[in-house]
Amino acid sequence: MFNSRIFSIVRKEFVQLFRDPRTLALAVVIPIVQLFLLGYAATSDVRNISMAVWDQNKSPQSRQLLDAFRAADYFVIDHFVGSTEEYQKLIESGSARVALVIPPDYDRAVLQGNAQVLMVLDGSDASIGSTALSTARLVGQSFATKILAEQASINGRSALTPPVEVRTQVWYNPDLDSAYFMIPGVIGMILSFITTILTATAIVRERERGTIEQLIVTPIRSWELILGKLLPYVILAFVETFEIIIVGHFWFGVPVRGSLALIVFTSGLFLMSSLGIGLLASTIANTQQEAMLTVMMYNLPSLFLSGFFFPLEAMPQALQVVSYAIPLRYYLVVIRALLLKGVGLEAIQSEVIALAIFGIVIMTAAALRFRKRLD
Amino acid sequence: MKPNDLTFEHSNVQTLVHAQNLHKHFGNNHAVDGVSLQVKAGEIYGLVGSDGAGKTTTMRLLVGALLPNAGEINICGYDVAKQVEMARSTIGYLSQRFSMYEDLTVLENIRFFAEIRGLSSSEWLPRSMEILEFVGLAKFIDRRAGLLSGGMKQKLGLASALVTRPRLLLLDEPTTGVDPVTRQDFWQLVVKLVANREGEGVSVIISTPYMDEASRCHRVGFMKAGKIIAEDSPSNLRTRLNNRILELRGTPLKSLKQIAIQDEDVEEAAAFGDKLHLRVKEGKSNIVIARLQKQIESQNLNLISLREIPPTLEDVFILLTEFNHD
Amino acid sequence: MTEPVISVKNLTRRFGDFVAVDHISFDVQAGQIVGYLGPNGSGKTTTIRMLLGLLKPSDGSATVLGYDVFKQAEEIRARVGYMSQKFAIYDDLTTLENLTFYGGVYGITDKARINSTLELVGLNGHEKTLTRELSTGWRQRLSLAIALVHQPKLLFLDEPTSGVDPTARRAFWDLIYKLAEDGVTILVTTHYMDEAEYCERVGVMRDGKLLAMDTPTNLKTSIIKGDVWEVYARPLEKGLEILSALAGVERVGLAGDHLRTISQRVEKEAMQTLLISNGISVDKIERGEPTLEDVFLSLAR
Repeated sequence: MFNSRIFSIVRKEFVQLFRDPRTLALAVVIPIVQLFLLGYAATSDVRNISMAVWDQNKSPQSRQLLDAFRAADYFVIDHFVGSTEEYQKLIESGSARVALVIPPDYDRAVLQGNAQVLMVLDGSDASIGSTALSTARLVGQSFATKILAEQASINGRSALTPPVEVRTQVWYNPDLDSAYFMIPGVIGMILSFITTILTATAIVRERERGTIEQLIVTPIRSWELILGKLLPYVILAFVETFEIIIVGHFWFGVPVRGSLALIVFTSGLFLMSSLGIGLLASTIANTQQEAMLTVMMYNLPSLFLSGFFFPLEAMPQALQVVSYAIPLRYYLVVIRALLLKGVGLEAIQSEVIALAIFGIVIMTAAALRFRKRLD
Repeated sequence: MKPNDLTFEHSNVQTLVHAQNLHKHFGNNHAVDGVSLQVKAGEIYGLVGSDGAGKTTTMRLLVGALLPNAGEINICGYDVAKQVEMARSTIGYLSQRFSMYEDLTVLENIRFFAEIRGLSSSEWLPRSMEILEFVGLAKFIDRRAGLLSGGMKQKLGLASALVTRPRLLLLDEPTTGVDPVTRQDFWQLVVKLVANREGEGVSVIISTPYMDEASRCHRVGFMKAGKIIAEDSPSNLRTRLNNRILELRGTPLKSLKQIAIQDEDVEEAAAFGDKLHLRVKEGKSNIVIARLQKQIESQNLNLISLREIPPTLEDVFILLTEFNHD
Repeated sequence: MTEPVISVKNLTRRFGDFVAVDHISFDVQAGQIVGYLGPNGSGKTTTIRMLLGLLKPSDGSATVLGYDVFKQAEEIRARVGYMSQKFAIYDDLTTLENLTFYGGVYGITDKARINSTLELVGLNGHEKTLTRELSTGWRQRLSLAIALVHQPKLLFLDEPTSGVDPTARRAFWDLIYKLAEDGVTILVTTHYMDEAEYCERVGVMRDGKLLAMDTPTNLKTSIIKGDVWEVYARPLEKGLEILSALAGVERVGLAGDHLRTISQRVEKEAMQTLLISNGISVDKIERGEPTLEDVFLSLAR
């Protein structure tokens, strides 16, 4: 199957790639940049929520409540205020996200068992708001339980235990570090973006420069031409994959639990779709710009509907259905499972089959459209 | 894989190109509209016409880069519709645009096109050096193609088309925009190629809009609107207008032209800078010369010379297209 | 004598070490058609750019329409027309829209002027045609109309008739002659010998130098001293060898199916006898006409 004609195309592509520093930089540097951007900036973890406190009680009891909030690790008490207007201003300006108001008779009410505190939340950023809300509730409940238990022991009764306790265990990513979630995603994104763009433009560039005409009139066969043009980008894509895995592992500490062979195999299946899309775009576009736009029309929706940024479960039903038509969706499941969970083939069987089907269908369609002719 | 070879090898006169009634349209545009073409081994055939006459489309049909809507093409015994890869292996093609890779060196380009056409690693280097020597690029093998001058680019294109020793060379407007000195060199190469390998029978089809270039071909086909409107050797074409072209020099040219146009035996008068070319009716040139001389004298205009000149292909082309309009 | 429309003295332009235009001098009078003949890269375009004030000369002086190219580039540009070989017309606009647009660029909004320009080049009747549907010959006329819409006194034409057939070319040149009669001065740059033949005077450029400038006829008679013979003989290469060695023969070239020789005081019969005695068959020997290409090749040596 592999012959000297294909090899001569592959070698030519590499020589050209290495002589074009911009494309090479795009291919090698962009994955790392993306990785760092998404690994650090795009974190969806909510920590260090700024909190304003209006403690009208100033008793040991109120101080205990504040300690409980501090201990929860989600809040930082930045401001002590003395009026409603003050915390209102802080929340409006964004200096504080939440405000805790402790009434003047708080210590007495605690002893009577009917204390109330007011928590004011800035709900404009939904993710911060909801984290603050649920954390505040949890802090409140566990603090209340603690007080009950203390009071019981003071009254001489045996220690009270709550009737139901939910114990949580977080698997694979015990610290719920979102870099763990992002980095496998970056692999998927890079394999999809860079590969489609480079493949499409590499072929369209030959059309733009007129060299395709010279290629077409040689006795080379269509499939040899396709294979020769695509192989360098397959190699490049794998280089990028390992580049991300290595940096992700040693810098961000993302585990690599699954087998490398399986990672290469499934990535190869996914690449077939990306290369096919690039090839397909090259049969539609006449200029490199058109080619870029065409692959972007595929890449952007596929990124948003793949579960890269937002969990699929959170999407409306109709969009969830659409997401089944997106190869990246399956690949993200597969690569996350392989890196983080270290699963075997059985666990990701259906996704792998889906990837294989997509790859074969898209590639065949592209190869059929790519005729070795000028009309 | 060579079913047609037998009949081909044993025919006495080798017709390397045999195209019958080719049609190619793009939407409503009939780019090639019934072209038939036979080119014998050892022949330089010129497809001559303006932009849009159908020259490039005809070339692309011959090499199988476009599929004809109708018609048959046989190149060196291979049916282009059915054995396109075999047919292509006998063709060297130089497209109109410079289509080498500008970021590869001269040698890398040649190597690429040699290998892609199936030359093995032991064959390509000696073959490439030989061909680069032939076109005069041997000293520049390490230069990037993008840094070559226009003439050298042209020669590199020719070299890469020749590296597999094709029997048929298709050159699509190869000398547009190059130095006349380079153009001269380029033609010497083409003529040598055909003459050198007369025994092997190499043919060249060259397309050009230039009449002076057409006159260097063994045979030309004038193309207009997708059709070949006339086909013959340049000298035979010119004899159609023998003794019918006069050159008139004098001043003022405008008045001289008025006088010439009014003469009943002058069919056309065209200004060429400081002179006029007149086309006269058959057998009338002496009568016209005498008559015009007398008239110019009587009107006190300045006549420098009035003489019969050999017709050019341009004169013939204009005559033919006029005739075609009627 | 009136002031020349273009007057160039020792005009020079260097790009680093490379001398693109090397001390050229010439004058052009009003109503003349002057050709500037040379291959790509010979310095034609650089010269035109300097005359249009788009490039500063490194040395020398030049005036165009009486304005100094160093100081009055804007004045010059407002008064000259320029038609590029690339035909700077918008394919997706109609003929009239293209011309109206370019007219607007020069501040011409007068509809009558636009229409009379279209009429001048013979495009009336095609106003509503999308220019992409026009043939090369018609596109070339539209390009000319665009260059003429502001009624320039000087017109630069860059390879105006490359790629059109001889019939369209003759029709185009008839238009140019008409403009020249009306006093428009025309400077044509071309690498194309057939095109240069239409000019009244032709300057031959090579490697930045103006090798000669004269009428085509004078160039041919003064530079090509001998006779041109077209020799139909076989085999060609051996014929070439033998004729090259013959005394009086200045140049022999392969011209497809025959040899083209330029020689002084060599009789047709002498060539025939020599060739036949060397075993070469001679079909015929015809007298040829010297061309501007012959002139160029002689000057380039």
